[in-house]
Amino acid sequence: MHLPATASQTVGPYFAIGLDALLRDDLAPTGVPGHRVTIAGRVLDGDGTPVTDALLELWQANAEGRYAHPDDRQERAADPRFHGFGRVSTDAAGAFRFATIVPGRVPGPDGALQAPHILVGVFMRGLLKQLVTRIYFPDDDATAQDPVLALVPIERRGTLIARPEPVGGFTWNVILQGEGETVFFDC
Amino acid sequence: MHPVRQYRRAQPGTQPEYLHPAYTSTAKRSPTRPLVRMPQTLSEMTGPIFGHDAVGAGPHDDLTKQHAGEPLGERIVVSGRVLDEDGGPVPHALVEVWQCNAAGRYRHVNDRHDAPIDPNFSGCGRMLTDAEGRYRFVTIKPGAYPWRNHHNAWRPAHIHFSLFGRAFLTRLVTQMYFPGDPLLPADPIFNSTADPRARDRLVSTFDWETTQPEFALGYRFDIVLRGRDATPASA
Ligand SMILES: [Fe+2]
Repeated sequence: MHLPATASQTVGPYFAIGLDALLRDDLAPTGVPGHRVTIAGRVLDGDGTPVTDALLELWQANAEGRYAHPDDRQERAADPRFHGFGRVSTDAAGAFRFATIVPGRVPGPDGALQAPHILVGVFMRGLLKQLVTRIYFPDDDATAQDPVLALVPIERRGTLIARPEPVGGFTWNVILQGEGETVFFDC
Repeated sequence: MHPVRQYRRAQPGTQPEYLHPAYTSTAKRSPTRPLVRMPQTLSEMTGPIFGHDAVGAGPHDDLTKQHAGEPLGERIVVSGRVLDEDGGPVPHALVEVWQCNAAGRYRHVNDRHDAPIDPNFSGCGRMLTDAEGRYRFVTIKPGAYPWRNHHNAWRPAHIHFSLFGRAFLTRLVTQMYFPGDPLLPADPIFNSTADPRARDRLVSTFDWETTQPEFALGYRFDIVLRGRDATPASA
């Protein structure tokens, strides 16, 4: 039997009514081991105008590179305090912010290790289906060998790498169109 | 690595494209560069699993019982199953729903439609599917509402659905419509999917089995999440 998957429809402008209950802007409660970071940024449309009604969902492994999921059969330590899911929405300036720990490396295709990354799903009015992208971290030897980044034209890879701020934390933006357009994946 | 069955990619026409000019907001919000095709990894093939704590206490599966009084409007029961593409149930999946009230007004600061707020209706529900993938909730039938997409634009009555299946790749946000709605043929969002059969699957069916005597009409809406290929690929 084959049933085609149900068609996606936009989340619309009023998703806060249904989705705010599960907002999670701190993925790593106190005591979760790992290097704690904050990541902040903005979502910008094709005119460079801030998108004030976007929703971002995050999914990542713990510091050991283990997902809180039964299909992750790696022999690495799970941490019951670390779920790995985040959900944030943009404010009146199109800005979002969340805190987490840097994930460990997880296996990629052919078993090669991937560089630490956070999966991001993007939803908003005017998007008929979710956009999928990734946040990587800079200055990591691993990014040079990452099997997914290797698929991205070299001049666009920077859109996937968070930028460290002198005051601490990282900046990572979602640019929907044009100059510096974020890389989105078909997976 | 153990062999893994990858999640299926969509058949042509069964999902909307990002750019759908009739829906004007897509013009500045859809990517202009082609998506980068990538193999699915452990990251995409896992995803958040939610339990009863995500639903929380309270009548989250009865949107008519969340305030002191009952909301105005036609009470309805919505039920269905969440399935994968092989027809298997998706058990214990989180379903989030939201909608406007019977007058076509959302309880949201940005909704300026000149229709009354109903003090007895928030329009928000959450539930988990059972072991057979079934869900059910009680609500009132949402009204149609105007929007500014084009002249005299009206959204057909709909309920917004958000679902998590087993993986990041099975994530789905969609909308359920009602049978016989005369606004459907003119709605750019409903019509954003090319295949008319895929569109029709977004329309719930009136269902005697769900209809409860002396209580409420019932509508059935089954939802299919991405399934896996039959043959494993090496991971
Ligand atoms: Fe809506």
